[in-house]
Amino acid sequence: MTPDIVLWLAQDGITNGAIYALLALALLLVFSVTRIIFVPQGEFISYAALSLALLQAGQVPGVVYVLVGGGVLAAVFDTGTALRDKALRRLPWILLGYIALPCAMAALAWWAAPRKLDLVWQVLLVLGLVVPLGPIVYRVAYQPLANASILVLFIASMAVHYVLTGLGLVFFGGEGLRSAAFSDASFRLGVLQISSQSLLVVLASVLVMAALWLFFGRSIYGKALRATAVNRVGARLVGIRIGLAGGLSFLLAAFIGALSGILISPITTIYYDTGFLIGLKGFVGAILGGMASYPLAVVGSLVLGLLEAYASFWSSAFKETLVFAIIIPPLIWLSLRSRHVEEDEEEGE
Amino acid sequence: MKFRIVAAALAVGLAATAAHAEIVVGVSLGITGPGASLGVHYRNAYQLMGKTLGGEPVRFVILDDASDPTNAAKNARKLISEDKADMLMGSNGVPSAVQMAQAAAEAKIPMMVLTPAALSGNTLHWSFIVPQTTELMMGAVAQQLKAQGVKTVGYIGYTDTWGDLVYKAIQSHAASGGFKVVTDERYARADTSVTGQILRLLSANPDAVVVGGSGTGAALPHVTLIERGYKKGIYHNHGTVNAEFIKVGGKAVSGAVAPTGPLVVPEELPDSHPTKKVSLDFTKRYEAAFGAGTRNAFAGYAYDAYLLVDAAAPAALKKGKPGTPEFREALRASLESVRNVVGTHGVYNMNAESHNGLDERARVLVHVDNGAWHLMK
Repeated sequence: MTPDIVLWLAQDGITNGAIYALLALALLLVFSVTRIIFVPQGEFISYAALSLALLQAGQVPGVVYVLVGGGVLAAVFDTGTALRDKALRRLPWILLGYIALPCAMAALAWWAAPRKLDLVWQVLLVLGLVVPLGPIVYRVAYQPLANASILVLFIASMAVHYVLTGLGLVFFGGEGLRSAAFSDASFRLGVLQISSQSLLVVLASVLVMAALWLFFGRSIYGKALRATAVNRVGARLVGIRIGLAGGLSFLLAAFIGALSGILISPITTIYYDTGFLIGLKGFVGAILGGMASYPLAVVGSLVLGLLEAYASFWSSAFKETLVFAIIIPPLIWLSLRSRHVEEDEEEGE
Repeated sequence: MKFRIVAAALAVGLAATAAHAEIVVGVSLGITGPGASLGVHYRNAYQLMGKTLGGEPVRFVILDDASDPTNAAKNARKLISEDKADMLMGSNGVPSAVQMAQAAAEAKIPMMVLTPAALSGNTLHWSFIVPQTTELMMGAVAQQLKAQGVKTVGYIGYTDTWGDLVYKAIQSHAASGGFKVVTDERYARADTSVTGQILRLLSANPDAVVVGGSGTGAALPHVTLIERGYKKGIYHNHGTVNAEFIKVGGKAVSGAVAPTGPLVVPEELPDSHPTKKVSLDFTKRYEAAFGAGTRNAFAGYAYDAYLLVDAAAPAALKKGKPGTPEFREALRASLESVRNVVGTHGVYNMNAESHNGLDERARVLVHVDNGAWHLMK
């Protein structure tokens, strides 16, 4: 192994690690606020990446059906609750958020697809199509069982994952897609040839992390999320709606997933089921960070990305084995302190 | 209740008489599920087939196994016991086809296998495998490597059975081709990067690279090789030859070489090519029925199965009536001895050792030129 191979692999590992770090943050955020292990996180990656590739090919991405269908379902759920609570003034908001907005985004996609707009508009459109799916998924699948145990929520996550993957196969087909590169430019740095694409991945990840830090540190909604994460009952006592906190954390998770998908779609071929594996690696990153600390999750994800890069060089057939085996020591450590976790859980209920 | 019994008796009676008046071919395909993108092509081919087999009327009973081997096995048993099929054809996934072949062998009825499954023993005795073997296909690549004077070959393929099959196939030709396979790197279709594998492969400095992927999944190693400035030949396998591969790989995969059946590029075949007429005719009819640009290798396998049975049926019909065990055994024996049956993919000559019967005429090398697959001159 020559020094330039070491550097090449490091570059590759950091690019992938940056994506894993973003996903680890999203998973950690959702877990700490709602206690949901958000397995379907990866589906947002596939949906966004495939939608972008289809828009570039001038086709309407099938995600519009998922969005409108999910929106209608969520609206029915919410209307039911509103009628039961006799709170009819909520209805216009429900119709606006779950019916009008998805339909408007779908109509926009129909209009925009054949016109092949500029990349910026396509990216914004994809975000507009995929990000609302976050709160919709929360409303339909999780909010009705918000007080269930971690295990029940996890099983619900598996179900949502299978539903979303299945819908992905129906609407995107079995073949993979790859979107056009954002820019072909690349920079020389010593022996390294750094593509602007991987630079963009790292830059965007750092920006999102900084934005999250500001959001949690400065904004009232960010503080509300943190309060919910620390103590759900306490947060409710001071007037933070649990449903709102859940929806908001899913909105952020969907945004991060969709952004990751957009960032990697020009780097690799994405299939309807690729996102799951990428999301799973984000999860491994979060576990390496102890499933509690955001900075540690970022470090864990970067370590994972680097390990993956070097493992694929040394022994490519065993790469996945190595990558998933390293979660065993942290898991043992976490289960040794599990008494603490159980106490948290009881507090939550 | 009474009505039901009468209806059932009537149905049995009809089935019994029907079995004598026509040959029943039971087909199970993965028309839905993960294998659907291939299964649909196979099913389309059945619409283009004739109404007779060896002069006897034929009835195809086509069932969907949803790309699930368990369903394929169920379908096979249903076709045998309820539809009284004289023979089976299927399926578009190797595990599904293997399940069907086992059921066919148990019931002692012949079966046309439409995927390159590896069978042996009694199962192979009753089964005939229509597609080219991986060894036959990769032999064309090996010949090309030898002609180019390649001494070392770098290999990168899937971590699954397909990656193993292609590796074994290219390895089996290494001695006769005068080259050595120097790397065996693996990746998964869902990997976001193969940089590590490619760097490792490049550090062995091979004269050519063989990729054991399929379809769009084969684009990632090719693109990464080009990004790393690899200038020598990059060879693929027949699983990669489709339009989506070029769509995903873009400019980077220009010049990619792969073996395939002559059916993919019939217009470009020299007039002396033995399958040109059949391949071209089938492609024209297929595209007339299902739209321009819909041509594919898979429909040809189903159609070749039909041509083979059509050629074998007359001899079998002399020995027994359809619906009888004598006819099935005679059909099997007749299929085993077909000579020079020209299909869309090649010329079939079966014998007791080879239940595939294809030779070098069933493969051509194609390369990506101007955004499409073309015959290599």
